[in-house]
Formats: sequence, C-alpha cells, structure tokens
Amino acid sequence: MSGFGTLLYKELLRFWKVAFQTIAAPVLTTLLYLLIFSHVMQGQAPVYDAVPYSAFLVPGLVMMAVLQNAFANSSSSLIQSKITGNIIFVLLPPLSYWDFFAAYVLASVVRGMVVGVGVLLVSLGFVGLSFEHPLWIIAFAVAGSAILGTLGLIAGIWAEKFDQVAAFQSFLIMPLTFLSGVFYSIHSLPAFWQGLSHFNPFFYMIDGFRYGFFGVSDINPALSLVIAGASLLVLTALTLALLKRGYKLRH
Amino acid sequence: MTPAIQIQQVHKRFGAVQALSGIDLEVAPGEFFGLLGPNGAGKTTLINILAGLTRADSGSVRVMGHDVIADYRESRRALGVVPQELVFDPFFSVRETLRIQSGYFGLKHNDAWIDEVMHHLDLAGKADANMRSLSGGMKRRVLVAQALVHKPPVIVLDEPTAGVDVELRQGLWEFVRGLNRDGHTIVLTTHYLEEAEALCARIAMLKQGRIVALDTTNNLVNRRDGLYLKLRIAGAALPAALAARVRDSHDPVHTLRLRSYAEVEGVLAQVRESGARIEELELLQPDLEDVFVQIMNMEEGGERSGGRSVSCVLSTPASPNR
Repeated sequence: MSGFGTLLYKELLRFWKVAFQTIAAPVLTTLLYLLIFSHVMQGQAPVYDAVPYSAFLVPGLVMMAVLQNAFANSSSSLIQSKITGNIIFVLLPPLSYWDFFAAYVLASVVRGMVVGVGVLLVSLGFVGLSFEHPLWIIAFAVAGSAILGTLGLIAGIWAEKFDQVAAFQSFLIMPLTFLSGVFYSIHSLPAFWQGLSHFNPFFYMIDGFRYGFFGVSDINPALSLVIAGASLLVLTALTLALLKRGYKLRH
Repeated sequence: MTPAIQIQQVHKRFGAVQALSGIDLEVAPGEFFGLLGPNGAGKTTLINILAGLTRADSGSVRVMGHDVIADYRESRRALGVVPQELVFDPFFSVRETLRIQSGYFGLKHNDAWIDEVMHHLDLAGKADANMRSLSGGMKRRVLVAQALVHKPPVIVLDEPTAGVDVELRQGLWEFVRGLNRDGHTIVLTTHYLEEAEALCARIAMLKQGRIVALDTTNNLVNRRDGLYLKLRIAGAALPAALAARVRDSHDPVHTLRLRSYAEVEGVLAQVRESGARIEELELLQPDLEDVFVQIMNMEEGGERSGGRSVSCVLSTPASPNR
C-alpha cells in the first residue's frame, strides 16, 4: 500500500474500531431529533407543496449528521494524535502534505457518509421519502463532508488542547449547522434572518442536498454547488498552506 | 564516501531561547555515535531537525546525502528514529502498529521482516495485544520496532533507556550492537554515561546549543589525565592537607584526585602521618563521566572569564544520573 493509502486505512480503522461511539451514537442522536421535531411540528403547514414536515426534516438531519461527523473525525483524530504525541508516527515517514491532507479528509468523508446513510436508512422506517435527483444528493454529501473534514483538519492543526477543538465545534460548527435551515425553510424567516442565512455556507449545502430529494429548493442547486465547491477550494488551499509550512506540526 | 549524517552550521531559536548555535557534525556510515549533554543542551532539537520534526532556522542537514528539506522523502527513508517520549496509538495492536508504520513508507509485503523484528525484540508473544495493555518497557520495544520497519541505514535513539529496567536495557543494547555490526549507523543520546562509554566509538558533547567536545571515546577518556584513589580510613579523619584533592567523601570512604601514579606514595604517607589507618584502597581510572563533568565545568569557567580557560577547576563531584 502507498503511504497515502496506509494513512487513509489507518484513519478508517481508527473510527471503525470505536464504531459504537463514532457511528451508532450519532445515528441515534439524529433519530431522536427526528422523532421529537416531527412530533412537535406535526400539523405545521407543509414547507414545500406536498412535502410533509417530517419528510422535509429528514434530509436536513441527514446532512447535519454528515457534516458534524466529518468535522468530528478529522479534528478529533488529529488533536488526539497531537496530544498523545503519536502524531510523530505520521510525521517521520516520507508522506507529503498532500498525502496527509487527502487521507484525513477522505476518511472524514467516509465517516460522514456512513453516519448519513445510517440515519437515512433508519429514517426510511418512519418517513416516506422521494429521491428525485440522486446525483445531486451524492454531490452535496461529498462536497459538504469534504468541507467539514477540511475544517476539522484546520481545527486539529490549530488547537493545542481538546477544549479548543470543542470550542471550534460549539461556537462555529454547531451554530452554522443549526441556523442553516436543517429544521426550517429560510422562507419562513423574517427578511433580516433570511438575508443573513445567505452568508452561511452551510445553508447552501443543506438546501442543495434537499433539492436532490424533492426537486425543489430555496436556491438554484447549481449555484449552491458552486458556492460549496468554492468554499472547499478556499479551505483546501488554506489547509495545504498550513501543512506545507508545518504550522504547529513541525516546529 | 557520503557521510551517514552531515550537519552544517545549523542554528535554531525558539522564541528567546537559542537552542542550537552553529552545529557542525559528520557521522560516517557504520559508526556508533554518541550525543551527550545535560538537559536543554539541544540534543533532541538536533535529532528533531534530522528527522524533519523541527525545521532549522539556517544551515543544512543531510542523511545519507539527502537534504532533510529538499529530499525529505529520501532522507526519511534512510532514517529510523526512536523517540524519547513513550508514545503509542491506543487504537491498535502491536502488529497493526508495525504494519501501518511500514505502509507509511510505501512498503508492501513486509510481514516477514515485521515478524523478524518482533522476534528479536521479544514482542512476538504480544503481537496481537493492544498497545494500551503493554508495560512501559514493551511499549519502548515497539517504538524501536517501529523505527526499524523500513530497514533504515541510519538509526537514531533518543534516550531510549530512560526509565527502562536493567534487563531490558541490556537486551536493547545487545540488539542495537547487532544492528551496528550489520552495518547500520547508530546515533545515541543517553544520560547514562557509562552506556555511551561502553557503546559509542565517537562522542559529541553538547552544551547550550554548541558542540563543546567531539572526539573518539578513547581520546575523550584519555584526555582526562590523572586517576582516583579511593580510601577507607579509620582511626582519624582525613588530613586537612588532602582536602583539595577530594572528589567525593562519604566518611570514612574518600575518593581523592591524583595527577599520576607517582603521587600515590606521598598521599598514603600523609594519611598515615595523620594517625589514620588505611582499611581499603582502590585506584580508579577516570571514566567518561569525569570527562563530561570536566568539560561542562570548563565551558562555564571559560564563559565567566570571557575567554577559554584551558586549565579546569574540578569542583562538582556530583555524579549526574548515576
């Protein structure tokens, strides 16, 4: 196996070995959201024509799980390695910074996908869903998990303590996901908040992902994908620059 | 012949601390080389620069002729590092750890060598045990095995026996000697000076980021002229006239410094004249530790006086880390 392939394998094996915590737990948490919100919001007017609230909610929750788990994977793996010191096992071999980047982000994408598919499959037991444009679903899931995997890598590189990663998660990732239209269509918001939501890149990921299921969205999905792609490119460039410099990894 | 390690004018500063100031050093292929110095002398910084874990502010470092920055892939393939800290990845077993480490170097089908390394380090019985369940000594062995998975020609051991029990230490040194006999270049940092003396053919002593001595172990030990006379006396205290010669004193055992064998008679006569009886007597050759203490003190004296004082004042008999 190549150095990159091995690092990817190691990252996959890492979360697979604690699958109860990295896959089963987030699937359960997300299903609790589904049960509670669809119960509380029952009878609410459909968000889009002919899309009941619970069906509207599922893609949002799936995408939220994908994003949060992609972030958790790279950030927690890296901060653990840094704090325990075993990061040197990947710094000593002849791995390039590209290898490093690609392996951590791809493993995050896989973790996000696995949790997302888990949430989706279990949800289908409760809620009927349509799959109008499966390729859009996949495209947004890949882009979204790659963006969050990259953000997780940045957080892991920057942080020196566990609580700094936790702060990154609580004060940036959580607000951006919760306020991105997971639980509502932004059209139901007052004009100010609607306008503000357009500055949240997570909104485009959720909206475009939902388009894949229902064929309707607040924003043209092509535009959303361009915005997601541009975000990914900017974050990738930033992360590669940090890795190339050895920022906080090679002193 | 290409040096195994070539370090030229390496400087490194961490904030206000100048960790290394102008290190020049060459280690030939097949050497067993020692890097000695007190804590904070810059040994680990130098090793980290060699391994690419730290970047030098200036200067160049090559491993088997490959620059550690420009040709990092080649230089890292040529180098195996056993780190000082007892680090491990708690997710994996010993075998997984070694397979993964081997894969990072792009090696396929490396199981035969992994089994051999595990066998030599007495790890075979723990191959499928999780890293978390291993004792400190076992974890240390895994670190050694990890440094060897890619069969590097140059092996660096950064204080590998710190906190390791005697039995493992002996076994580890036997193993490392074997690697050296097979042609591997070994660089060792250690706090145990007798270990460096027994193992290393050549030694560099570091102090405050500078090399203060660089010579063969034999020359370094011989550089310290004189010898020690260890006496157990009874009946009276050590005469005051001999106080200046004392290296250490644990009444009634005193170790005195002599310039040559010719002084033995005179010292014994002084002891007898004071009314003391000599119960035990032993002549000791200076060892690396004496040289180490001497060189470390000499530097300090030199700095205080603003010049390089060659005559040295042996003032601290405390034996570090023995």
